[in-house]
Amino acid sequence: MFQSPGKLIKRLVVTLAVTGSVGMANAQAADQEILNSSYDIARELFASYNELFTQHWLDETGKTVEIKQSHGGSSKQAQAIIQGLRADLVTYNQVTDVDILHQRGNLIPADWRKRLPNASSPYYSTMAFLVRKGNPKNIQNWDDLVRDDVSSVLPNPKTSGNGRYTYLAALGYAQKTFGDDQAAIDEFLRDFLGNVAVFDTGGRGATTTFIERGIGDVLLTFESEVNNIAAQYPPGEYQVVVPKVSFLAEFPVTWIDRNVERNGTADVAREYLEYLYSEEAQRLIAGFNYRVHDQAVQAEFADRFPELELLPIEEIAGDWETAMTVHFGSGGKLDQLQRR
Amino acid sequence: MNRSSSGWSLFDAKPGKRVLPGFALSMGISLLFISLVLLLPVTGLIAQTADMSWSQYWAVITDERVVASYKVTLWAAFFASLFNGVVGLLLAWVLVRYEFPGKRIIDALIDLPFALPTAVAGITLAALFAENGWYGQMLALLGIKVAFTPLGIIVAMAFTSLPFVVRTVQPVLEDLAPEDEEAAVTMGASDLTVFRRVVFPALWPALMTGVALSFTRSLGEFGAVIFIAGNMPYVSEITSLMIFIRLQEFDYAAASAIASVVLMASLVLLFSINIWQARYLRRLHGR
Repeated sequence: MFQSPGKLIKRLVVTLAVTGSVGMANAQAADQEILNSSYDIARELFASYNELFTQHWLDETGKTVEIKQSHGGSSKQAQAIIQGLRADLVTYNQVTDVDILHQRGNLIPADWRKRLPNASSPYYSTMAFLVRKGNPKNIQNWDDLVRDDVSSVLPNPKTSGNGRYTYLAALGYAQKTFGDDQAAIDEFLRDFLGNVAVFDTGGRGATTTFIERGIGDVLLTFESEVNNIAAQYPPGEYQVVVPKVSFLAEFPVTWIDRNVERNGTADVAREYLEYLYSEEAQRLIAGFNYRVHDQAVQAEFADRFPELELLPIEEIAGDWETAMTVHFGSGGKLDQLQRR
Repeated sequence: MNRSSSGWSLFDAKPGKRVLPGFALSMGISLLFISLVLLLPVTGLIAQTADMSWSQYWAVITDERVVASYKVTLWAAFFASLFNGVVGLLLAWVLVRYEFPGKRIIDALIDLPFALPTAVAGITLAALFAENGWYGQMLALLGIKVAFTPLGIIVAMAFTSLPFVVRTVQPVLEDLAPEDEEAAVTMGASDLTVFRRVVFPALWPALMTGVALSFTRSLGEFGAVIFIAGNMPYVSEITSLMIFIRLQEFDYAAASAIASVVLMASLVLLFSINIWQARYLRRLHGR
């Protein structure tokens, strides 16, 4: 076990030298470098996509590109860019966090959503349920979540886009069920929020609370996340339940005009995002349990994504700006519903 | 006894004899450092609230949910620092007064909460105290729930701020001359009386400083608490979370406003402890 200090230092120096030179070689080899500022749970997805894209870019242009990743809660990520982080492009899970780049820093044009197909959202997902083995509480749809005997786990809508989507999905269900009866909708949402056992600040925290701490009967999060978790455990240990109605969760992407101009990376950043819509990329993304737009890939993965009615933000709350002020802002609907 | 006045005082700077030359330079660097690293950020904090009117400021800091979070935070910090006061004093006592194998290891372990990233502490505590965790299972038999309740907040705060009490009391205890106690014993004082009348009065200011530091640290704790609190509105939401929420909403002014309340509370507490301490010492030493 114990090595002489000399030996240890020698090994350390060799290791450092090797890793150092590899790092240097990479840096020298790449003709260009771009930084992708992304959301928290996208690490694995973009690690794979970056391999695909570097090859594609090499084939197309004969140039090499190195893609650096930065992951974190996307509101925090957007703040870093506003405060001066020169990321070339963003791949987020909340439209509002991209919008803020226009509103606060004027780093991108107001109509950024029109620059790429499908409102600049190359893939999408929805909010689904993860329940424990055998679904003991028989949870099938949103109305099961307001039952007295059910306790649920979801991230705080105040601090997490994930939680906001879940809230909006429940709201969408309530609107469809109760129509214009605002009192019934409020009652439903109050019960829904009242059944929450723990409000974690982010999606992964909620997953830990549900899986590791054994809290709650149902975890509400992205369909992609729910499937990824279920796949990590023996079949049947956790079950995925996709409700009949849910929220259309978009994953907006855009390049940051101000930064790509300064970094001289406009072409590669743009292609990086456009290539997300290619069939190969869409297949890769679908492999990570996100829903995609490419029809051929859709057909291949049809059995993995049950059909359901997806409600866009426009149908539930008008638009994101309204949703943020009316529902999630200080003193908004959410605050009122949680008031005791 | 006089030498015991070093080591635990917060703002006490005695203009003693100048042992080293270069007072002007070192004082200059200190002032510059204090300005750049301490005062400027505080000014920035206040400047960020400047675009609010007083009524807006007042509305933000007296929001019902924020007020509920003050209560949760203050009570939890109070109990956590009270706990630390008792346990920290005991630990310091054991570490200073007794010799036992492994003493140095325990002494080093005291600082663990400082070395550990607070988020790691929070996750670890949540894992231990959850109903399927090692402690949680046993506490569940007694019907006590810790994780995801306000009790969990106290546990996390106590854990992260324990070293403050131990490390402020320890040096004073080490400096305490055994002659005083021996003198008391020879005059016929019982053990309890010696502790109550001789040891404790000397420790008291350091203990209070440690508890106050522990308390103020707990007021601002975020990482450790957030993972174990459960974060239920009006029940287990701490003030730091309220600040975090405002930041998530890109409402920097409101975040700074709430932060300024925490800052003010901490400063008032620390200053009053210091003033109280100065008076207490004057009385103790009869000066």
